[in-house]
Amino acid sequence: MSGQVESKTQGYRRPVEGTQPPHDAPLYGSTRLRHPQQQPLRLPHTLTETSAPRFGSTRYPARADLTICEGGRQAIGERIIVAGRVLDEDGRPIRHAMVEVWQANAAGRYDHEGDTHNAPLEPGFEGRGRVFTDENGNYRFVTIKPGAYPWRNHHNAWRPNHIHFSLFGAGLAQRLITQMYFPGDPLLPLDPIFNATPDRAGRERLVSSFDLDLTEPEQALGYRFDIVLRGRLETPFEDEHNP
Amino acid sequence: MTNAETVRPTPRVASQQAPEPQPAATSSQTAGPYWHLIDFPEWSDTTRHFAGALPAGERIILIGTVRDGSDALVTDAMVEIWHADPGGRYPDPEGPEAEFQGYGRCRTGKDGQFRFTTIKPGPVPAAGGRNTPQAPHVAIMLFARGLLKSLSTRLYFAGEALNETDLILCAVPDPERRTTLIAKPDGVAEGLPVWRLDIRLQGAGETVFLDI
Repeated sequence: MSGQVESKTQGYRRPVEGTQPPHDAPLYGSTRLRHPQQQPLRLPHTLTETSAPRFGSTRYPARADLTICEGGRQAIGERIIVAGRVLDEDGRPIRHAMVEVWQANAAGRYDHEGDTHNAPLEPGFEGRGRVFTDENGNYRFVTIKPGAYPWRNHHNAWRPNHIHFSLFGAGLAQRLITQMYFPGDPLLPLDPIFNATPDRAGRERLVSSFDLDLTEPEQALGYRFDIVLRGRLETPFEDEHNP
Repeated sequence: MTNAETVRPTPRVASQQAPEPQPAATSSQTAGPYWHLIDFPEWSDTTRHFAGALPAGERIILIGTVRDGSDALVTDAMVEIWHADPGGRYPDPEGPEAEFQGYGRCRTGKDGQFRFTTIKPGPVPAAGGRNTPQAPHVAIMLFARGLLKSLSTRLYFAGEALNETDLILCAVPDPERRTTLIAKPDGVAEGLPVWRLDIRLQGAGETVFLDI
């Protein structure tokens, strides 16, 4: 049924102008030597781009509560709930999508050998999770609010609080890695990564919203972060007859 | 935290629901330097679940280095692969979890090198009503600090007759640049044939990247 629908998909729509960042963003120094200078080759989507791996829960077990450290201890920091829907550009829920997240601890330090920021590491807090969307495209996990941290992009550079998200859709062309930010963060206007996306509305959609309905009394604040993956091309006849 | 032992099919969209217009797709952001928190080294071997009974086909090793525009090794990249099985098929979205799937994830190490163990894919049906199949290929996606969005390319195998008619290879105007997509045999490791494709993000010998 749905499998057949997918296999007939002719591909995915191209990004709306300005809603995706460029490869070359001079204010983000690490792009300087890593952006291609040649025009990328635009290809029609084939089965390779319209198919995607499936991630079953036996081989890819979920981990929806990042606050539980090794030994069952609660991570230090402000406990929060993050939830939202994963939809495509036509508003269809993406079901069974694997959503991976990773983040710094409450002090702004990653459990990573490359992070030398002199903020404290918290033993047992790994800062990674994995959840799956349900039949309506909903996902939800519990974590602690990550701290801001310095980086060396420019003088006195600080990354705004953020959680990294990695998603797989129904086709490889929907693959997305992004970051979720927090409302009202004074660092957002200063951040070259956030601001690399030209479209203002596109940037604003990277900022989660405080949601009292998600908030659990006596437990945790809730933040809503909806994610939109590329929509399908709905012009099969046109495509079939393309030379 | 608890999770029923159910088999999830490939993510899919609900086809019955009436579409309602949404905002454009969410903007990509860099995976940054600490993406290794979701690095699971075993994912670099797509055959890892088949210790007792390997799927039919030729096991191979795919390796390559990633270099930047100053020729420096890129030592913090996430490399992902996606490819068909030896019959040119992708997994059935509704099929069993036990089915082989050509998905892998690997970090580039201090030597700037990625390394996958997988099964060589077969020719894949073409798109858009073409009759000639696509040459065997592996989709490669790169994520890293300094990449605000992923870079996509493909790995083809030297010596395949179908390379001459492949949709993508033929779309690369410069034959010299076409070679940046074609892996070459590079000896044998652990008894498996090794195919090498080095990737250059920028400058002389820049890899042909695909706008997928």
